[in-house]
Amino acid sequence: MSRELLTARGLAVGYGSFTVVEGISLDARPGAFVTLIGTNGSGKSTLLKTLAGLVPPMRGTLQVLGAAPGTHARRVAYLPQHPASSHTLPLRARDVVAMGRFAHLGLLRPERAVDRRARDAALARTGADAYADAPLRGLSGGQQQRVHLAQVIAREADILLLDEPTAGLDLAGREAVLDIIAEERTRGAVVVMATHDLGEAARASLVLLMARRVVAAGPPETVLTDANVREAFGLTHLH
Amino acid sequence: MGDALIAPFADNEFLRLALGASLLVAVTCAIAGTFVVLRGLAFAGDAMSHGVLPGLAIALLLGVSPVLGAAASAAVMMAGVGLITRRSRLGADTAIGLLFVGMLALGVMITSRSESFVGDITRLLFGQLLGVQTADLAWQAVALAAVGSIAWVGRRPFVMMSVDEGLARTSGFRTAPFHALMLAMVGLTIVASFRTVGTLLVLGMLVAPAATGALVARRVSTVMLVGSACGTVASYAGLLVSYHFDLAAGSSVVLVAVALFGLTASVVAVATRGGGSADPPHPHGAHHVA
Repeated sequence: MSRELLTARGLAVGYGSFTVVEGISLDARPGAFVTLIGTNGSGKSTLLKTLAGLVPPMRGTLQVLGAAPGTHARRVAYLPQHPASSHTLPLRARDVVAMGRFAHLGLLRPERAVDRRARDAALARTGADAYADAPLRGLSGGQQQRVHLAQVIAREADILLLDEPTAGLDLAGREAVLDIIAEERTRGAVVVMATHDLGEAARASLVLLMARRVVAAGPPETVLTDANVREAFGLTHLH
Repeated sequence: MGDALIAPFADNEFLRLALGASLLVAVTCAIAGTFVVLRGLAFAGDAMSHGVLPGLAIALLLGVSPVLGAAASAAVMMAGVGLITRRSRLGADTAIGLLFVGMLALGVMITSRSESFVGDITRLLFGQLLGVQTADLAWQAVALAAVGSIAWVGRRPFVMMSVDEGLARTSGFRTAPFHALMLAMVGLTIVASFRTVGTLLVLGMLVAPAATGALVARRVSTVMLVGSACGTVASYAGLLVSYHFDLAAGSSVVLVAVALFGLTASVVAVATRGGGSADPPHPHGAHHVA
């Protein structure tokens, strides 16, 4: 029996009839850490949205937990880039994190002790417990990012899809996110993360270097070569 | 002083009925209005409140219940607004605006065919709070129960959709039916109000108290509570103003609700400018502990 939690073959993703990136193939077993790196518009976010079930795949095959994307909401958690409108809403950080459990609770099931434990643990692991009762709109951008990351962790999912989770964080915050990702991998979760940071990408078990196509895919040491990175980012010099 | 505040209600049954109906409208609107404000549906709500005019006019023309006409019209508007907000390549406000003015024009066109029911239409659009009967209270109570039930059942997807539609979808909630349910809740609130504050003025009760709550609250449930409290104060104060100064009752209630919002917004703005904040300061220094 296959142990892959995520399988893509010849996958093309995009919007309507517009292909953003094609030719994506990947396998991810429990504990895998996949980073997507490339320029703005290279297709990282579109691929994550497709994995999350928000955008239908255009061509190729894609299996998420052995089914079509979006089938297993409880087992897949997605952190969008700039979760924006919540910043003006009257919501406490604690309530935003609690939403991570809604996939388990559905419409009517009351919050259980296990849900409160998962919420509080996620708040503590991200350091957001220090401002759990503060309104989200009163928090700084970095603090809000931690709250949204805590929401994703609270789901206790098998697959975490993170779109630039370290954006807006200081050095300590970035390291903290990478530590959390390491912990999630240890418990067997697959983490797929979009990033602009070569150092972060290098920590992955699998890297997809993207530029509206897959420039290279594989272990970081074979993908993140000067030649590949120059090609993907359109650079003439690489420092 | 006490007499001026209490005697009008103690002495006049019509005023007690008006207060009862107004309070029911206030709580109904605070619940539905919270999601109107959080999800940014004020303009869609405005369009729906105007869009019931053709249904009301046709119902009066045919001699059937205005409730049926308003409900049918609201259903058409809900379907149109729902379709437009999901499918239109134009901005939603442009498309909703066109639907809004189209329905309004249709209503005026139908109304212009007969001058005999212009007065009836005016009553339905602006309400007849002082003419409320016990049966109207019962209907408004049913509407409150229905709106409260919809809000309770849909609370999780409604809040998540207000944050981010993708969040709701990746949590297992299909957003299209819940968006339709939210619009149905707003439509029901508008239709149910036509005997009290009227289908046009109800927008003020839908938006003003909930917006006041959103200015000061940290939780969605608190927005509803503060909104209900503001609506209650507006109902009581508005009816007193109407009684003592012989002004239109529904308009007085709505105007007090809008004034309460203005007052609260000013206080919050002054507090923020003065170095304070409606919300607590950023709790800095909480570096992550993995």
